[in-house]
Amino acid sequence: MDSLLLSKNDLPKFMTELIKKNKVFAPVESNGTIIYEQITKPSEMNLDFCKSEYPPKALILNQTETLFKFTPGTKAKIESVDIDEKKIIFGIRPCDAKSIAILEHAFKGDYKDPYFLKKRENTVLVGLSCTKPEINCFCTSFDDTPASSKYLDILLTDIGDNYYVEVTNDKGKLLTKSMSQLFKPAKDSDIKKKKEVEKKAVDIISRHQKTNGIADKLDKIFEHPFWKDIAFKCVGCGTCTYLCPTCHCFDIQDESTLTKGARVRVWDTCMNPEYTLHASGYNPRPARTNRVRNRIYHKYNYYPKNFDVIACVGCGRCIDLCPVNIDIIDVVTRAGEVKP
Amino acid sequence: MKDNPYQPWLANIEEIRDEVGGQRPIKTFKLKFQDKELQNNFSYIPGQCAMVSLFGEGECFFAISSSPTKKGFIEVSVMKLGKVTSALHDLEPGDIVGVRGPYGNNFDVKGWKGKNLIFIGGGIGQAPLRSLINYVVDNRKDYGKLDIIYGARTSKDISYKDEFAELEKRKDVDVHLSIDVKEEGWKKFVGFVPDNLLKVKPSPKNSIAITCGPPIMIKFVIQNLEKLGFTEDQIFTTLEMRMKCGIGKCGRCNIGNLYVCKDGPVFSYKQLKNIYGER
Repeated sequence: MDSLLLSKNDLPKFMTELIKKNKVFAPVESNGTIIYEQITKPSEMNLDFCKSEYPPKALILNQTETLFKFTPGTKAKIESVDIDEKKIIFGIRPCDAKSIAILEHAFKGDYKDPYFLKKRENTVLVGLSCTKPEINCFCTSFDDTPASSKYLDILLTDIGDNYYVEVTNDKGKLLTKSMSQLFKPAKDSDIKKKKEVEKKAVDIISRHQKTNGIADKLDKIFEHPFWKDIAFKCVGCGTCTYLCPTCHCFDIQDESTLTKGARVRVWDTCMNPEYTLHASGYNPRPARTNRVRNRIYHKYNYYPKNFDVIACVGCGRCIDLCPVNIDIIDVVTRAGEVKP
Repeated sequence: MKDNPYQPWLANIEEIRDEVGGQRPIKTFKLKFQDKELQNNFSYIPGQCAMVSLFGEGECFFAISSSPTKKGFIEVSVMKLGKVTSALHDLEPGDIVGVRGPYGNNFDVKGWKGKNLIFIGGGIGQAPLRSLINYVVDNRKDYGKLDIIYGARTSKDISYKDEFAELEKRKDVDVHLSIDVKEEGWKKFVGFVPDNLLKVKPSPKNSIAITCGPPIMIKFVIQNLEKLGFTEDQIFTTLEMRMKCGIGKCGRCNIGNLYVCKDGPVFSYKQLKNIYGER
């Protein structure tokens, strides 16, 4: 790993260079919230935020993705779509970057998903350490910090007059090398400064989820009345899953006119009863209790069983935005305490 | 498609056979891939499934109901029920559909060599069993005694009538058909499939029982198989779920951490007892 320094004054220059040669997506303020959008000049960015409401996973697992185009009807022809687009996501938080690594497990496996994997391969993640975690942030419950570089190609940390720049792999190196005049090697004192910034951010995080042994515990309490209690206030809006950076479930639909059509996949949510409804009318998950439980189990039991990792990064979006205050920190911590 | 599991191959409908009429009709579609090389190389094992799509309507996951021993085509049997299956029922020979697969696990046709097999089917549940039965019959010497138990509501609701008639003629296969309600001229069993099973009374010795059909039928078939002395690892069934991708990504067909599309659809009763989750 390379440790470099980038002067804050040089950030606009760095961004301008990036924008010249690449499609760059960065945090932008829009309607009072932060979203990741393609920018054309550095001044469009807003780096003074904790997290975007809408997760940047959407740039890799698009909310709507055309799988291929076709001529509809009974004399069909198929036309592949180009998925080779290259881009840079600048200012992604370590938690959101981790979510993309978590999603990758689901899209690799027995069948490779070319849309997700190609986009991930063609995307450089240039992260920005989080210095002001919010009330519902709990990334430290998963052995990560607001300044973990593990899941990023490059991580920038604001250490005062400079950004401390960690280049974790060849993809990152390729980028920094092309602008080597902007970077200088970091000194031990800079590393120390980064550690201080990291510790300060970690100390701000006040909420913690007890995840120790949670997968095994869930194995024992599937039928427990606890889930009915948890799901009682759920209104089934699905916000928790749409805004979750690790939720990957999708629907596939044909969109067509008389002469042209496309098969598209769109984000779906296990909170919808239609999600599992059979054509016969039978529904294996007919009640909200079934669906709320499935969301928790998918993240804390099924994903660990299949991929050896909890599918939660502790971003807290589902807590922030749940209209009835269902709190995943509380749910999981309480699940750990329930008597089987 | 090799690089893109979502993009189907094009196939022509060669033939459409009416299996059952009435409110919930069933048709069998004989499909041939447009790519000759692909058609020759497309290999599957009984129990496996395919995603069949009509462009503009959508895709559905079906058991491949033909046997891989019959070369040059694949068949799926479709009950008219939802949007896509209704649209499929309106098609005619020569029309084009998309096919991707084969998906899922399969019946252990190799491991069951030398065993007596009991097939217990009901209604459209016969589709995956038909693939297996034809496979086993085409490799008859590899297997022991064969009992086929199949039931439908009325004699009109029996799928694959011609094939059952052919099987009934064979001396090395025992076919036990039933209908739920009495009908004039019906000389075979009247009653539900689980009761017919008790009447046939297959021996569990060196046997495997495979059952597919409506969930309520499967439930009582398994109870009765246990009464007859079958152990949980001698009983196999297939499950179904709403599916979109067929490759374990879209999320909806899970039972616990398993996806029916890729980890199923074939499960032993022993497996089913040990996984929890809605189904």
